[in-house]
Amino acid sequence: MSNIAVTDAAMPSTAAKPFLTRLGAGFVNRLVIIVPYLWLLFFFLIPFVIVFKISLSQTAIAMPPYTPVLDFREGISGFFERFRNLNFDNYVWLTQDALYFKAYVTSLIIAAISTVLTLLVGYPIAYGMARAPATIRPTLLMLVILPFWTSFLIRVYAWIGILKPEGLLNQLLLSLHIINQPLVILNTYTAIFIGIVYSYLPFMVLPLYSSLEKMDYSLIEAAKDLGCPPTSAFWKITFPLSLPGVIAGCLLVFIPAVGEFVIPDLLGGSQTLMIGKTLWNEFFANRDWPVSSAVAVILLLLLTVPIMLFQQAQARAQEQDK
Amino acid sequence: MNTTWSRFNVTSIVLGFAFLYLPIVLLIVFSFNESKLVTVWGGFSTKWYVSLFHNQGLMDATWVTARVGVISATVATVLGTLAALTLTRYTRFRGRVLFSGMVFAPLVMPEVITGLSLLLLFVAIGLDRGFFTVTLAHITLTMCFVAVVVQSRLVSFDRSLEEAAMDLGATPAKTFFQITLPVILPAIVSGWMLAFTLSLDDLVIASFTSGPGATTLPMKIYSQVRLGVTPEINAACTILIAVVAVGVILASIANKRREVQRQLDERAAQRG
Amino acid sequence: MKSLGSIRRDFTPWNDPSARPYIQFENVTKKFGDFTAVNNLSLAIFEREFFALLGASGCGKSTLLRMLAGFEEPTAGRILLDGQDLRGIPPYRRPVNMMFQSYALFPHMTVEKNIAFGLKQEGMPSPDIEKRVAEMLKLVKLEQFAKRKPHQLSGGQRQRVALARSVAKRPKVLLLDEPLGALDKKLREETQFELMDLQQELGLTFVVVTHDQEEAMTMADRIAIMDKGEVMQVATPAEVYEAPTSRFVAHFVGNVNMFEGKVAERSANTTRITGSSGAQIVVENSGAAAANADIVFAIRPEKIKVSSKKPADAVNALQGEVYDIAYLGDMTVYHVRLDDGQIVRASALNAARVTEDPLTWNDRAWVSFRPDAGVVLAR
Repeated sequence: MSNIAVTDAAMPSTAAKPFLTRLGAGFVNRLVIIVPYLWLLFFFLIPFVIVFKISLSQTAIAMPPYTPVLDFREGISGFFERFRNLNFDNYVWLTQDALYFKAYVTSLIIAAISTVLTLLVGYPIAYGMARAPATIRPTLLMLVILPFWTSFLIRVYAWIGILKPEGLLNQLLLSLHIINQPLVILNTYTAIFIGIVYSYLPFMVLPLYSSLEKMDYSLIEAAKDLGCPPTSAFWKITFPLSLPGVIAGCLLVFIPAVGEFVIPDLLGGSQTLMIGKTLWNEFFANRDWPVSSAVAVILLLLLTVPIMLFQQAQARAQEQDK
Repeated sequence: MNTTWSRFNVTSIVLGFAFLYLPIVLLIVFSFNESKLVTVWGGFSTKWYVSLFHNQGLMDATWVTARVGVISATVATVLGTLAALTLTRYTRFRGRVLFSGMVFAPLVMPEVITGLSLLLLFVAIGLDRGFFTVTLAHITLTMCFVAVVVQSRLVSFDRSLEEAAMDLGATPAKTFFQITLPVILPAIVSGWMLAFTLSLDDLVIASFTSGPGATTLPMKIYSQVRLGVTPEINAACTILIAVVAVGVILASIANKRREVQRQLDERAAQRG
Repeated sequence: MKSLGSIRRDFTPWNDPSARPYIQFENVTKKFGDFTAVNNLSLAIFEREFFALLGASGCGKSTLLRMLAGFEEPTAGRILLDGQDLRGIPPYRRPVNMMFQSYALFPHMTVEKNIAFGLKQEGMPSPDIEKRVAEMLKLVKLEQFAKRKPHQLSGGQRQRVALARSVAKRPKVLLLDEPLGALDKKLREETQFELMDLQQELGLTFVVVTHDQEEAMTMADRIAIMDKGEVMQVATPAEVYEAPTSRFVAHFVGNVNMFEGKVAERSANTTRITGSSGAQIVVENSGAAAANADIVFAIRPEKIKVSSKKPADAVNALQGEVYDIAYLGDMTVYHVRLDDGQIVRASALNAARVTEDPLTWNDRAWVSFRPDAGVVLAR
């Protein structure tokens, strides 16, 4: 692990270089880095390599249900031997069956629409919270966070009872004579949108709130003083200044929504095409590990850009805090 | 601080919170429904709670989930705190970019990918799927959340506290355990709570990495939901919500009290 | 017992060639990456001295203090304490203690525990610790606050706890980083004198970092004025003010008027200077300036007299017009535009309630000063 050697530690303990414990302190300092580093390498990074490796192998009726490729136990010559046998059949398969392509596209579109909807719902809430009297702001904040602590599965499940044909929403609308036929919402894309907006709302509101709350309200007053009407003050001052929050919130919703499984599975019904669900079915129902690995690799590639954007946003926010 | 607490703002907050809480409230209400139909009110009853406690499968799953949650949250808190220290204190070491990437990526990574990749790892190293593998998977996921929570506290940590301790003769190790750790403890505790609830909550990763005999509560609930909505599940969910809500509310009340006391103290101190 | 005044009056080890410095910086350089915070600096501080490092932020004064405390190691050069090279000795083994600008009180410990922290680290038996803590609390008059946590104290009280904590171990040297920076003006003035008394009482060597010249002048035996990682001058407060050795120091401490000119003629005691506009002045204290050298003559505003008529006995008198007047209560500051265009700042003490020679805007006026009122500096 030469690549994680400490070149210069900011801790005063190493800067001070205690004369006898120098070796010991250096060792402890390295341990602080090495333990979580190795853990993440082993349980986060290496698994992706394995996913990639298996996506290149053939399906087999065995346990595990694939034939190994790129096995290093056979030495260099064996490695190259295998390399020739390496096949991208699974990827070819993904391109040949329109189902997968449609699933990817649908997932991206659903995630994008849901992200916009979440932003539209979340922005007024975050704005209202940021402008609330300072005394009740912590309580409001807690109320936004609280649902996040309750089970995701439960919150999705709660919507089934509401959206069913004989569910509470239809009962209400029928009794108010707004409709005379029950609406079909459950097992449609509408239900998925509702589910995603509902489940991911706190992820949108929190970053929005923190960027709006930091904003100096006298900026708006200055804009108004300089002759800017309220609506255009919002678009010219408030919104641009809340952009870091908007970007962070959208990424926090969009990225996991693309690969979402629970919501399309429970609210979207059997005919919904979303890639998380496809992967799940490929894995659990068809037991086709190589294909589901290929599905995962492509999904990961699709999400690389948004994830890197998210990383950058995080790093920038951290810089600002300092 | 100037605020405009206009009608628009109040309305958006009220509607927003109604949207957030109404489904949960309805879920809780219908757990007390006499009727077997979840959506038709048939009178008040607690019979579903009684039947819940006779459902051995559900009880077993609860026990598994609790153990996975406590163990994984505890290990994740240690690892996550170390990761947070690394991120804030060691600004220059080779591989830092990769490290911070590995800490932040799991936060947004679709669960199906994380779950699948961990499963393939366990298969590749020949680890039998079960309690142990779920716990490992949950540690990996939740340590990143702990790292973020603790890191945000460490960023605002006044480093001169540590320097003062060392100046007064405390070795780096003593400084860490007597000064740094106690001061960032609240963040570590909330990191643990977050890790625990995330573990309690997880369906997808657990489904991939768990094996026979280690069915967690979300897995159990999920399999029952697929068979149909029953008041019994509503009851189970209500209990879960109650446990978490009571915990979070107590914690925040304690926090608020400390804060109020602190402000009173500070005002008293200013008066002399 | 000798009074504080007489102790301070007689305390001049820096003039004694046989006195051995207690703290020595020898050609110390500290670099952070490409940035040189301290540049080949040498400095000697004596035992029991109250020494101030004065400079603008970023001048390297705090870095110097942190190197002494052991939080930073010099890139080059060495630091000696009582003859011992400090290199490689970690902060927790150095016989110096520091009072931090932020006070750095441990928020989770009571006042008592904060003060006892350092004593516990050195393994002092607990009865002794209790005794010492009580003593310290009495010293800073916080006996009734022993059980309080830092956030339950006012700013002034926190400052005293920080002080008590840093002197509890009886360090050889106490380092103070902007010790009064967080206090309001009135409290700061009171505390300055308390710090001086404390230093005498404990017989410690104090090294204080400050950007406040008034604070440094009030408290310190000697001041080192720093700029860009270098020491510009080390001297007593009076010397720094009355006999600055460079334009930087003259500008940095107090207000000053600068006249640029050439040495026209040198005699045994006096020097005649021709100003850039041709005006002639005669001065003493011309140092080593050779004939024809380009120099500046620096003079403090309070040493310049402004009058409507030319004083009969004046050696140096220049004519101009009153350009601006600022009445400050205890004194009045005049800005006079000389006939060559230069603006001179002069301040007059308002010793009487009504001035006998009232001057107002646009009046013709004379500025005059004695030959020994200023110093000649290299350009």
